[in-house]
Amino acid sequence: MINRRTFLGTTAALAGTLAAPVVLGQARPRAVVIGGGAGGATAARYIANDSDGMIDVTLIEPTRHYYTCFFSNLYLGGFRTIESLGHSYGTLAADYGINVVHDWATGIDRDARTVALAGGGSVPYDRLIVSPGIDFKEGAVPGWSTAAQNAMPHAYKAGSQTELLRAQLENMREGGTFAMVAPPNPYRCPPGPYERVSMVAHYLSQNNPTARILILDPKESFSKQALFEDGWARHYPGMIERIGPDFGGGNVEVRPDSMEVVVDGQVEAVDVCNVIPAMQAGSILQDAALTESDWATVMPATMQSVMDENIHVLGDSARQGAMPKSGFAANSQAKVAAMAVRHALTDSRLFPARFSNTCWSLITTDDGIKVGATYQAGEDRIEAVDTFVSQLGESDEVRAETYRESLGWYDSITSDMFG
Amino acid sequence: MLRRVLLPILAALAGAPVALAQEGDAERGAVLFRQCNSCHVAEPDGPSRTGPNLYGVLGRTAGTLDGVRYSPAIREAGEGGLIWTVETLDGFLQDPRGYIPGSRMSFRGLPDLQDRMDVIAYLTGDAPVVHSSELGRLSPEIFTIEGDVEYGEYLSSECVACHSASGSDEGIPVITGLEPEAFILALHDYRDGHREHQVMTTVTARLTDEEIASLAAYFAELEE
Repeated sequence: MINRRTFLGTTAALAGTLAAPVVLGQARPRAVVIGGGAGGATAARYIANDSDGMIDVTLIEPTRHYYTCFFSNLYLGGFRTIESLGHSYGTLAADYGINVVHDWATGIDRDARTVALAGGGSVPYDRLIVSPGIDFKEGAVPGWSTAAQNAMPHAYKAGSQTELLRAQLENMREGGTFAMVAPPNPYRCPPGPYERVSMVAHYLSQNNPTARILILDPKESFSKQALFEDGWARHYPGMIERIGPDFGGGNVEVRPDSMEVVVDGQVEAVDVCNVIPAMQAGSILQDAALTESDWATVMPATMQSVMDENIHVLGDSARQGAMPKSGFAANSQAKVAAMAVRHALTDSRLFPARFSNTCWSLITTDDGIKVGATYQAGEDRIEAVDTFVSQLGESDEVRAETYRESLGWYDSITSDMFG
Repeated sequence: MLRRVLLPILAALAGAPVALAQEGDAERGAVLFRQCNSCHVAEPDGPSRTGPNLYGVLGRTAGTLDGVRYSPAIREAGEGGLIWTVETLDGFLQDPRGYIPGSRMSFRGLPDLQDRMDVIAYLTGDAPVVHSSELGRLSPEIFTIEGDVEYGEYLSSECVACHSASGSDEGIPVITGLEPEAFILALHDYRDGHREHQVMTTVTARLTDEEIASLAAYFAELEE
């Protein structure tokens, strides 16, 4: 009987002795992963685990504690502690034999096949996996820049920004206005801004019930819109106002110094302002000329960059077709990429690409909803196979079950990423 | 008293040692059943209380015992073809409300496979043991398809994004250590519409019989 964890521990320990029958007398083939989030951590773990020590795996990630963006809205709503969202890399190093390098990857030399590190030196690779998440587009919201993120947090990379937004929410004056500048498509976590609105409304309805929430949205419609709007009407009547593009939601300027937003020329004072700017692929991909118009296009069966077959791009940064930019999707893509990398480096079996995704969102206590799909590799893009979404009018029991399911999912998928 | 509640056919399955090791102990099941006896009895010709008399429940169509106030969900499951067998009862006892959303049974479930087998052995008593493969919903050949364990391991990576590989059942049922036959039946039931769950219906829609056999073979190798 094999217990997966013990099995993994044993193979990691045996890694040295089992090394590289492929190229006798030479070093093991090297897989290097940039970014220790949902995509990168999963890819590193699956390559190290499934190659039984035949591949040398390095994971480059600057932070020692990773805070998941998924579930960070639940922290804003008071359903999770910030600590419960934090994960470290000790298990990946100790149990899986992954070389975890806490440093910034500053550049990719595609000809020499090396990754440069901010701390000096470089790491050579045979296959590189790049999973850096998103960066914000400079100037996307007039008046906002990284320098202004303390006054108007984005809180869209989880951690200190999320804690800051929660503190601002707690300190908001009675009856004040919480504004959100929502992002244009495509962006990380399609239901994320609207789950956030739900969680902020949950907090305010208990602590500051005369406060209001103003969403300035450049999009005509958004993920699970009917379900969110139904939930807002039931739980937070009159609290939430959304201004779409027809009424100027796409023409917004912010003034962090005076805490004002300008909507279609109309100035409005706000108390807290959450600015989620337009996004693009992580800058290391832009710098390595692996992107075209903001994102890194990949081949759907392997997640290889169309620009460089030695490089796979995962998660939010990838332009892959029909999958949303989500942690679940990055985790799913990582398993396909890991399988393809092992095939390339050790001639292991190649299986057809299978992807899936589910996004759970919480509207209020025990009112959870979800949307999801299965996906496959089409000719030049990932395409959806079957889809599902929660229904309007579901019973309280079904909604509570959906929320409980999301709690189980969080524990499982974070173990699947970080060991 | 040890009572075998397993099919001989399992012996023919690759990777079946977990299942073969699993036998129900009716005496132990009787002790475990004390958790249930505020609502259920399990006696030949015994009365029904809040819930039905469970003696000889194997082979019964769900929601059909006279004089019991079943939830609509249980009745609908029976109308949809749910018959209690070792495998379906195993699934229900593991996670009652996950197996039949809307069931009124306020019991959290028995996460341990041995516990479930013991309770099933107790409920069966001297009545016949009924396995799903005997019902004709799935042809017996389905259970003899040899799984490709390596392919099953690859496919399983989709499962473990939600089902904990380490055996935690918080919010989502454990699937490691399931009997291969129960595993195969459950996936076929989701795929063929005998069981419903939005996520499971969607992820099983594209699975072939061979892929289900491969997943079952792989998960049978993992301990709970």
